[in-house]
Amino acid sequence: MNNAQLKKKLLGTPYFLWSLIFILIPLGMVFYYGLTDRSGAFTLNNIISITTAEHAKALWLALLLSLIATVLCLLLAYPLAMILCNMGVNQHSFIVLIFILPMWMNFLLRTMAWQTLLEKTGVINSILNFLHLPALRIINTPYAIVLGMVYNFLPFMVLPIYNALSKIDRSIIHAAKDLGANNIQVFFKITLPLSVPGIISGITMVFIPALTTFVISKLLGGSKVLLIGNVIEEEFTQASNWHLGSGLSIVLMLFIIVNMVLSAIFDKDGEGSFL
Amino acid sequence: MNKVLIDLKNISKSFDDQLVLDDLNLYIRENEFLTLLGPSGCGKTTTLRILGGFETPDTGCVIFDDKDITKLPPNKRQLNTVFQRYALFPHMTIEENIAFGLKIKGKSKSYIDDKIKYALKLVNLDGYGHRMPDSLSGGQQQRIAIARAIVNEPKVLLLDEPLGALDLKLRQDMQYELIRLKNELGITFIYVTHDQEEALTMSDTIVVMNQGYIQQIGSPEKIYNEPENAFVADFIGDSNIISSLMVEDKLVNILGVNFPCVDTGFGHHKPVDVVIRPEDVVLSTDLEKGRIKGVVSHLIFKGVHYEMEVMANGFEWLVHSTGMFPVGCEVSIDVDPFNIQIMNKPASEDEEAVKLDE
Repeated sequence: MNNAQLKKKLLGTPYFLWSLIFILIPLGMVFYYGLTDRSGAFTLNNIISITTAEHAKALWLALLLSLIATVLCLLLAYPLAMILCNMGVNQHSFIVLIFILPMWMNFLLRTMAWQTLLEKTGVINSILNFLHLPALRIINTPYAIVLGMVYNFLPFMVLPIYNALSKIDRSIIHAAKDLGANNIQVFFKITLPLSVPGIISGITMVFIPALTTFVISKLLGGSKVLLIGNVIEEEFTQASNWHLGSGLSIVLMLFIIVNMVLSAIFDKDGEGSFL
Repeated sequence: MNKVLIDLKNISKSFDDQLVLDDLNLYIRENEFLTLLGPSGCGKTTTLRILGGFETPDTGCVIFDDKDITKLPPNKRQLNTVFQRYALFPHMTIEENIAFGLKIKGKSKSYIDDKIKYALKLVNLDGYGHRMPDSLSGGQQQRIAIARAIVNEPKVLLLDEPLGALDLKLRQDMQYELIRLKNELGITFIYVTHDQEEALTMSDTIVVMNQGYIQQIGSPEKIYNEPENAFVADFIGDSNIISSLMVEDKLVNILGVNFPCVDTGFGHHKPVDVVIRPEDVVLSTDLEKGRIKGVVSHLIFKGVHYEMEVMANGFEWLVHSTGMFPVGCEVSIDVDPFNIQIMNKPASEDEEAVKLDE
C-alpha cells in the first residue's frame, strides 16, 4: 500500500469509528435483544408479537397516518415547488428562506407550539371563542397528529421536488410547446415524469420519519392515540422490556427497508436527493 | 419569386431597459433558406424567439401567411424549432420523441409509425428508434431534433444555432445535410448563427445584424463581395478596410496613391472607407508593376494559400495568395478596379446603425 492510499484510509478513521460506535453496535444490540428473551435464549416471540391486536393496531394507524401526511405533503409541496421554479432568483431565495427558517428551530419546540395553539383553551380556540365560532376539538385526535407531521416534514418534500424541477431544461419545455403541447399536456407529459425522482425522494424523506415518530403523536395525540413509535418507546422507557421494544423495531425497520428499496428502484440516478 | 410568407413589421423588444431589437423590418419568402447572422447580443436569437412565439415584441407585429400571429402562443403556430442544445425529451425513446407532436395532434398510430420511419430515414438514423437520447452522440441528437420538428410538416423550420455544439468536421457534414433536407422538404428554413462560413455555405439570403439593427440583407455573394459598411465587411470574412479619399467617380485615393475603381456617385474629394478582400490583393516582385511598394512582414502557411501581411504606405495589408513571398521581400501591390468596394464613412457608430436601418 502506498502513502496516498494509507492517508486516505487514515482520514476515514473517525467516520468509521463513528459508524461503528453509534450505528453498527446499536444495530447489533437491537437485533440481539429483538431475537432473545429475558433469559438470553433465542426466540421469535418479540417479533411475532406485532400480530397482537394492540400492536397491529398501532402499526396500522402509524402506516395510515404517515401515508395521509405524505400525500398531503405531496399535494402541498408540488405546486409550491413549481411556483418557486418559475420565480426569479431574488424572489425565490426569499421564499426558500421563509420555508427553511422554521427548520432552524428545534423540532420539539415547534411541535409544542402546536400543542399550545390547538389546546382546548389554546390560542386558536380563544380566537374562535372571541369570534363566537364553535371551538375546534382536534387536539389528542389523529387529525392533530397528521397536522403535526405535515407541518414538520413539508420542507423535506418541497426541497427534493424543487431540486428536480429546477433541473429541467427550459428549452425542453419550450420544445414541447413548440411541438403543439398546451400547458396541461406539457405538465403531464414532460414536467411530471421528469420530476419523479424528486417526488420519490420527497416521499421517502417524509414517510419514514412520519412512520417512526413518537414525539408528534405523544405531544399532539395525548395518550389516546398510540402509534407504533409510541409503543416501542414505552417498552423501552416505562415497561423496561428492551426485548419486545427491539423486536417491534425490527418489524418497523422492515417497512423502512421496503420503502428505501422502492425509492432506489424509481430514483436510479439519485437525482432527487438533495442532502 | 416566391410569395412572402412571414413579414416582421416594426418589431422592437427590450429586456430590462436594454434595447435588443429596434424597429426591425424583415420579410421572408416561401421556400427560402434565410440566415440571421451576427455576433452574440445582436438580436438574432430574440428575432427567432419572437417568430417561435417564446417572446412577445414590445411593438410591431408578426404576419404569417397573411395572418397576424403576434399574440399566438407557440403551440398554435405552424412552425417548429430546432434548439441549440437539441432539447430532446430525456425520458422518452427516440421514437417517442419524434412522435410527440403527432400524438398531441391526435394522429393515428399507423400514420405516426410511417412518419417515424420516414423521418429516421431522412436524417440517416434508421434503426435508432428504440434508443434513449443520451445514448446518441451530439450530431445524432441534433438530427433527431430535426426529425422531431419536420414530422409535423411545418411551413417553416426555425433553427437556433443548431450546429453550435458540434465539432468542426461534423458541423461541415451537417451543413450539407441541412441543405439536402431543405431541398427535399421544400419548406422555409430560418437559421440563426454567428458563424459566417455556415451562413455563406447554406443560405439563399443572409441578414447581417448588429446591436439590434439589420446591417445588410442580401445573397451570400452580395454580402461578401459588396458589403454595405465596415461592420459587414469585417464580420464576413477577412478584409482590409482602409480610410480613403474619393477623388472623383471611378477614382479613389488609397494611402496617397490613386486607384481606378468602378463605383460612382460618392462625390468629389469625399472621405470614404474602402474594402479590399485579402485574396484580391495582387502581389508582385516586379516593383514597377504595382501601384504601392511594400515589405512582407508576416508569412503563415494556411494550406490552400499563404497568408501574408505587407507593410505599405503606413498600412498593414492582409494578403491571401497561392504564391509565397518570404518575410522581408520587397513587393508591389495592385488591386483590380472591380475588387475595390467603396463605402460611405459613418459619422459615428450609433448613427451608422440607425442610418442603415432606414
